[in-house]
Amino acid sequence: MSLVDPALSKNADAVFQDVPVKSRPVVWGLGLAAAAAWIAAAAVIELWPETIPQPYGRELAVISLVIALALILVAVTGRLLGAIATTVRYYGAWAIAAALGLVIWEVVTAKTGLLPVPFFSSPQSILEVFLDDWIRLGTSVSYSVVLLAKGYFFGALTGFIIGVTIGWSQAASYWVHPVLRIIGPLPATAWLPLAFFIFPTSGSASVFLIALATAFPVTILTWSGIASVNRDYYDIARTLGAKPAFLILKVAIPAALPHVFVGLFMGLGTSFAVLVVAEMLGVKAGLGWYLQWAQGWAAYNNMYAALLVMALMCSTLITVLFRVRDWTLSWQKGLVRW
Amino acid sequence: MVAIELNTGARPAAGQRIDISSLSHQFELEGDPLPVLNDVDFSIEPGSFVALLGPSGCGKSTLLRLLAGLDHPTQGELRVDGLPVGNPDPSRILVFQDPTLFPWRTVWDNVALGLEAQGILRKSRSRVDEAIRLVGLGGFDKAYPHQLSGGMAQRVALARALVNDPRLLLLDEPLGKLDSLTRLTMQTELVNLWQRARLTAVLVTHDVEEAVFLAQRVVIFGPRPARIIADLTVDLPYPRHRGDSRLTELRREALSHLGLASTW
Repeated sequence: MSLVDPALSKNADAVFQDVPVKSRPVVWGLGLAAAAAWIAAAAVIELWPETIPQPYGRELAVISLVIALALILVAVTGRLLGAIATTVRYYGAWAIAAALGLVIWEVVTAKTGLLPVPFFSSPQSILEVFLDDWIRLGTSVSYSVVLLAKGYFFGALTGFIIGVTIGWSQAASYWVHPVLRIIGPLPATAWLPLAFFIFPTSGSASVFLIALATAFPVTILTWSGIASVNRDYYDIARTLGAKPAFLILKVAIPAALPHVFVGLFMGLGTSFAVLVVAEMLGVKAGLGWYLQWAQGWAAYNNMYAALLVMALMCSTLITVLFRVRDWTLSWQKGLVRW
Repeated sequence: MVAIELNTGARPAAGQRIDISSLSHQFELEGDPLPVLNDVDFSIEPGSFVALLGPSGCGKSTLLRLLAGLDHPTQGELRVDGLPVGNPDPSRILVFQDPTLFPWRTVWDNVALGLEAQGILRKSRSRVDEAIRLVGLGGFDKAYPHQLSGGMAQRVALARALVNDPRLLLLDEPLGKLDSLTRLTMQTELVNLWQRARLTAVLVTHDVEEAVFLAQRVVIFGPRPARIIADLTVDLPYPRHRGDSRLTELRREALSHLGLASTW
């Protein structure tokens, strides 16, 4: 039983063969334009004198030139670089916009001083933080990630287990639901003073708070996922000889997983907020602490750099969760679009 | 599609015998009792193909759920092979109107569901392959339900039932949502599968033609609360032909029992 008419598929092959595969690579015009924009940015950075001399202007210009060279490489090699080339080509217009943005930023800060100096940083002064203070920044990132991972793991696990339990058992739902209704919506940060008082270390208090913030959305979404499973799935499984353990593990949980992932995404979002607040107020490490420390020294360059790193960290973690979701729920491919 | 392969001779009919005596059932609807079955009495011979025909919502599907052990009757008795029906058991399998495949499982894993639930999948993987071949879906093992057409999905549901070697197949309008051409093909396949497996088949339908074309016996129910108003025997050998004048005659008789004689 073939789904495709063989005659049709043969025609399709013929069509594809008409495309000149072995001809020389087509030069990507937009890519060359983007490269020109980055060369121009390098020229502005290098040749336009600064109002207040700043270090690392040369390095910034070199980085711009490297980006320009990479764009030229992609532009002239056609499809030879495979998936990388495809991605770079997709973001061609963005590459031009980024070069333009860098030039404007450079001009209004370092070159003309239009934006006042201590509060607004020039691109090279942020580069300076990355190059000179990367050890402290890197350590802060690793502390933040470890703290977040601990809290998120315990919170997600607890939320999942509670969600499954109250989704499955009427009795558990009767007792847990009112507690959840009243305590759940309370922002986890409201527990902060109490947590730092009760827990022996600020680290364990922070793990608890992050876990609390994660657990609430995960519980609610897991619960609603389990509760909304099509009743017929259970009837089918029961007539086929399924015992309660099978119904929970192989029917209820897989059917509820799409909901669970919505909860995991929401939990990750709230856990970021709690992480930063906890690090600012109690823990003596991590990016939140770095921000606080930089403010204490009026080191605004370091604050901008730390914000940038934090943005990268959070978006990377969200991307990782998306990958895990896509892998776990691969059966949804073609069904779900988010 | 599926070759007819009649095991005439040695092997005895593997189907279960059903005895239903003074069976009544009612639902609670916002505190008020809603009777759906009223004093139903009949028996089904092992290995036979019986159709339960009646207006929609008359309680036929409830009867199937009771036979499967998914619900328990308010009054009366259901016996399968002489023993009262208790909890669901893989020897009696219900096939629903919707295929209700598990969307997160491939075709193969859906068919394997029963064997997995009973903890015997490891020893009987070949049975899964065989069941998939039997319903004509070889090569679709790794497809997900959302990639299948309605007819293919219902075939998977049939394979999921047959892989357990059921002795009683309860069919709740299994072809009800298929397009009419697929439906005709699947009707013939159902008969073939039943003959091959030598099980007892109980088909609930509100399609008069389907009932007389498929079954050896058609039990007709009145409107809710359902009770039996007629019991027709379809004394025709298989394979049957849709144009058979005897089938036409039986259709008219069935329709007249359902109060639709004037539409003939």
